[in-house]
Amino acid sequence: MEVLVFGQLTDITGSTSLQLPTVASSDELREMLHTQFPSLKSITYLIAINKKIAKQNMVIDQHAEIALLPPFSGG
Amino acid sequence: MDINEQAFARYHRQIRLPGFGIASQERLQAAKVLVVGAGGLGCPILASLAGAGVGTIGIVDDGLVELSNLHRQFLFGMNDIGLPKVDIAARQLAVLNPSIQTHTYNFLLTNHNAIDLLTQYDIVLDGTDNFTTRYMLADACAFIYKPLIYGAVSRFEGQVAVFENGLSYRDVFPVPPKPGEVQNCEEAGVLGYLPGIIGNMMAGECLKWITKLGTTLSGKLLTFSALDNRFLELDIDSTAEGKLARPTSKEEFESRDYAMLCGTIPLQAREISVEEFRIFTATETPSIIDVRELHEEPSLGKFPHERVPLQTFLQAFPYVGDGAVIFVCQSGKRSLQAAELYAASHPHRMVYSLRGGVIALLENGLL
Repeated sequence: MEVLVFGQLTDITGSTSLQLPTVASSDELREMLHTQFPSLKSITYLIAINKKIAKQNMVIDQHAEIALLPPFSGG
Repeated sequence: MDINEQAFARYHRQIRLPGFGIASQERLQAAKVLVVGAGGLGCPILASLAGAGVGTIGIVDDGLVELSNLHRQFLFGMNDIGLPKVDIAARQLAVLNPSIQTHTYNFLLTNHNAIDLLTQYDIVLDGTDNFTTRYMLADACAFIYKPLIYGAVSRFEGQVAVFENGLSYRDVFPVPPKPGEVQNCEEAGVLGYLPGIIGNMMAGECLKWITKLGTTLSGKLLTFSALDNRFLELDIDSTAEGKLARPTSKEEFESRDYAMLCGTIPLQAREISVEEFRIFTATETPSIIDVRELHEEPSLGKFPHERVPLQTFLQAFPYVGDGAVIFVCQSGKRSLQAAELYAASHPHRMVYSLRGGVIALLENGLL
């Protein structure tokens, strides 16, 4: 399962693209990310699945496009 | 409105575009656009709007031109260093296109002056560089239903979105990130040509919005990564959380302390009451540090905490988590001392001291 990583989140993940074991939902993904990258627990970011922002738990299907985005402020 | 010969000569390469025509040019000429921030995003936005013939352009910025601006802010030159950005930008736009009007506002846009200014324009572009102004502007525009074109950059990436019909940036991120969490361009750096791309995309969205050509990013958030030429477009839906986070009246909007909320001013240690402590610990998980000597009773018991006696704490601050910290002692005196010293060396942390300490918790039946 590929997860695209944007912005300053790459300081934590070390890469703009992560290969992670397949999970079935955004909650499971969040838990896995927080285990692998504990710093993510305390910062603001969103999980997007197939172009939708996961405000609540969302199903992740086999070919889902998954991305992590932080807020941007620069201008 | 007529397009005279000179105007036709100036604009005919866009007028001849399929679907554009004289009508679109007239719409641009009649439009009033406010650009907030005359920096990395503001420069390309302003040049593209002026070049295209937007009739009235407002420019808000309280900054002066600096040498470090010139790698990306191409309206400015070496001779302009130290001069107000809005004046130089307006001068450059007048050279580029004398047929348009510019209005300059050489002040910081705040929740006390924003609404009066925004109401004079049809649409607003956010080219600011900090969360304080961005959240304030998002709230102001949502409150008066003013369309807002958002753009932001960080290092090698940028974002564009169009917020209208009640949608707001708060539907993406309801509250600002914690102080120090996201670095600005000065701290994180930014690729020089990137704001040129993002600013021009913002200008493009604005021109499409005015002329009603094509499809805008209304309700979409587009992220572009320059390093690997990746585009990601997300849908933005209205959320209850986003609505709740917005002020609901002009009074509430004007009384909010956006600088404090966004942590751009150093935070100071604050004393909290027992009731605030109760709610805080029931709804969130702040770190609690008990700075009493290890033999002092009673224990904080059910409140998850760490015991680090004041003298030990002051010798070398231990790691106390990444979020908010509440210091506690017997009466609230030692904890206030610890909180003030800790806050002074951690200006972007939320640092609290429990007023009245353990004695107050006992008196209120919380222990």
